[in-house]
Amino acid sequence: MKGGVTMHARRLRAGLRGWGGVGAMAVVCALALAFALLLPLTQSAEESRGGRGDGGTTHVDQARAEECTDPERQTLSPSGADGSTIDAIKAREGEKRKLIVGVDQNSYRWGYRNPNSAGTAELEGFDIDLVHRIAQDILGDPDAVQFKAIPTNQRIPAIQEGRVDMIVRTMTINCSRLEDVAFSAPYFKTGQQLLAPKSSTITGYDDSLAGKKICTAEGSTAYTKLDEDQKASELVSSADISLTVPNQLDCLVRLQLGEADAVVTDGALAASQAAQDPTVELKGAPFTTEYYGVAMQKDADDLVRRVNQILVDYREDTANGWQASYEKWLSATLGEDSTKSEPPAPQYLRKS
Amino acid sequence: MTDSPKSSTAPPAGVGVPTMPSLPPQSGGPGAPLPLASQGSAAPDPTEPPRRTAFAEGADRLRSAATTEPGRLRIIGAVLALLVVAFGAVTAWQTTERAGAADDVLHSSQPLSSDAADIYRSLADANTAASSGFLAGGQETAATRERYEKDIRTAAAKLVNAAANSEPDSPSAATIARLNRLLPEYKGLVERARTYNRQGFPVGGAYLRYANEKMQTQMLPAAEDLYKKENQRLRDDYDAATPYPWAAIALGVLALSALAWAQHRNYRRTNRVLNHGLVAATATATVVLLWLVVGHSVARAGLNDSYDHGVRSLNVLNDARIASLKARGNENLTLVARGAETVEVGGEVVDAYDNDFRKDMDTLAKGLAAAEDLADDDSGEEPVTAAVGNMEEWHERHTSARAEDDNGNYQQALDKVIGDEGATGECFDNVDENLAKALDHEQTEFKQAAGDGLDAMTGLSVGAAVLAVLGAAGAVLGIGRRLSEYR
Repeated sequence: MKGGVTMHARRLRAGLRGWGGVGAMAVVCALALAFALLLPLTQSAEESRGGRGDGGTTHVDQARAEECTDPERQTLSPSGADGSTIDAIKAREGEKRKLIVGVDQNSYRWGYRNPNSAGTAELEGFDIDLVHRIAQDILGDPDAVQFKAIPTNQRIPAIQEGRVDMIVRTMTINCSRLEDVAFSAPYFKTGQQLLAPKSSTITGYDDSLAGKKICTAEGSTAYTKLDEDQKASELVSSADISLTVPNQLDCLVRLQLGEADAVVTDGALAASQAAQDPTVELKGAPFTTEYYGVAMQKDADDLVRRVNQILVDYREDTANGWQASYEKWLSATLGEDSTKSEPPAPQYLRKS
Repeated sequence: MTDSPKSSTAPPAGVGVPTMPSLPPQSGGPGAPLPLASQGSAAPDPTEPPRRTAFAEGADRLRSAATTEPGRLRIIGAVLALLVVAFGAVTAWQTTERAGAADDVLHSSQPLSSDAADIYRSLADANTAASSGFLAGGQETAATRERYEKDIRTAAAKLVNAAANSEPDSPSAATIARLNRLLPEYKGLVERARTYNRQGFPVGGAYLRYANEKMQTQMLPAAEDLYKKENQRLRDDYDAATPYPWAAIALGVLALSALAWAQHRNYRRTNRVLNHGLVAATATATVVLLWLVVGHSVARAGLNDSYDHGVRSLNVLNDARIASLKARGNENLTLVARGAETVEVGGEVVDAYDNDFRKDMDTLAKGLAAAEDLADDDSGEEPVTAAVGNMEEWHERHTSARAEDDNGNYQQALDKVIGDEGATGECFDNVDENLAKALDHEQTEFKQAAGDGLDAMTGLSVGAAVLAVLGAAGAVLGIGRRLSEYR
């Protein structure tokens, strides 16, 4: 019996040793390949995320990172032509002939329901204006829209599952999201900023956050940034970032109830929160630069090009376009000067 | 009773020797029956040797007393009196216990169980009213606000009542304390939501979501828990009130047989048919036994009736009402969430709140069907049938509201759910109203039946005690009269 066991073990070990050789060879080959591929890429700006796993994934990550230096530029060139996606939207019949758009109904002056707009449940705000413009262009009717309120962490699944045609919801264009969805050219510039009570000792995104509880929205770029910074020791380790909520506005509730000490969210949204409560304010300057884009399905090339075309027109239209919408909704919270919110001239680096 | 033995043993007194030793085996017969006695009541003899002397002493005394007729008579008198008093005492004790439990059913546990249902209902309704207010926007109607305030008042009042009636340190008391703590927190959040809504800030909606979360994840589960606990308590009280008092009945039968035997013995020894004292004792014991059996049977029937036709209906109706409230809440939340939450059912992605709504409506339909089956008269069945009609209408309107929403006509969908006329809200209100009517009716039926049951027990314990004392006195006097003939 005992002999049998040891014999089995020996045979197993021998078998493993055989595979070990093959495995070692494979690893060496992969490393050599990776090394050869990595050598020319001297820009070390990329996060060294490829450290984990074997040589194969390092190659893939690196290749993607190479494509993704400026995520806001990874979009298709504008075009007004219809394609299969747009045709499918136009083919919707009767009551259903509407653009289905995922928006937010909690972002003050971006996408929200004014509780005092008597008798109507219309959403309004900067994002909503853009949605109406897109609907006008594609379907010829600015009101041919079905709005769906999508929580922050549901934006990507909602697109992937086809529940919405697009998401226009203060959504930051970034590399990891580009793996799952396609973005339009940027339509707004912002950056992560800190919001805290005026009386708070917090001065900005620095060591004054030690021991403080920071609230973020689940699945937001704010949370990703805090998490990465804390792991890289750029954010004090005693700061508690565990409190996440479905919507950035829920953070204001937690802040007011004393369940959180500070909120991190996009500056544009932080300003909206500050506009609802005069006892809180933005602390310090934005510590990232981010751009909002319209998110669509990855293979909806015609729709992406069309939206980019609409954005070009929207920016140019001074009477009823971007500038007018900014003045209507955002100048009160972000200031009269819109230049710091304007995205740079778009570039269209994505080829297919 | 008294003349029953005459046909079998007509011969004169003194011949009853063969039957005599069979009576006092416990007092220890002369010689031979002693080992038999020690065998029967094994306790004193073999197990406890140190007490043997005291026992033997007592046995000796008894044995010497039992050898003379007056001694035997004394023993018989004592045993009879003891039996009758014991019968009365056990009857009084058992009936007091059952009457107490029946009284609890009527005046404590059932009201508390329906209070707990009311607490749940008020909380869920308040939450629904608050979310309707949110859907309606800043211009919340006076009716919605009043409904919300009334619900909160009801919940608070019933909680105070429940707290007063719960046993300290019981799990119910802990749940009630928890609800008492959460209620003002909830109300505070809703007030803040209102204030912000009036200023036109969407953070009001965020407060309402937070309040809703508190209600759904903490308060309603606690209220449901309380409801279940109070229902269990009601069930326990029923279980304590309805079983037959077998100990009392057995003692009654024993006492009556002993009385019969004593009179029979008396008759054989003296050829006298009636002994007034013993007859009186027999009569009172018989009355007590009959009263006990009949009174308890009637009470039991009343209580069972109150359970079958009252409590069961009430439970089914309360459950149906809660299901309709949940359905309404989910219907509103479908519009509040606007497609934010989805769930996969059978490979199809559907709205999570609408899916819950469907489940609640199924529960409601089943509950109403069960209530219809349980309803035993027209006035009980009528509101339930009406509620079924309301529910069907609700289903229809809901389907058309969903169609609007699915087509992106949010405003139209909203009008069909919280609007004034032709909205699903009307149907919900009608269902609720009819269920309230049905509950009221069943509550009356319950009170009637349980009250009848309780009335049947009135005076039984006191009566049994008094009659037993009288009976015992009769037995002692009866034996005493025989005894006096030896002086």
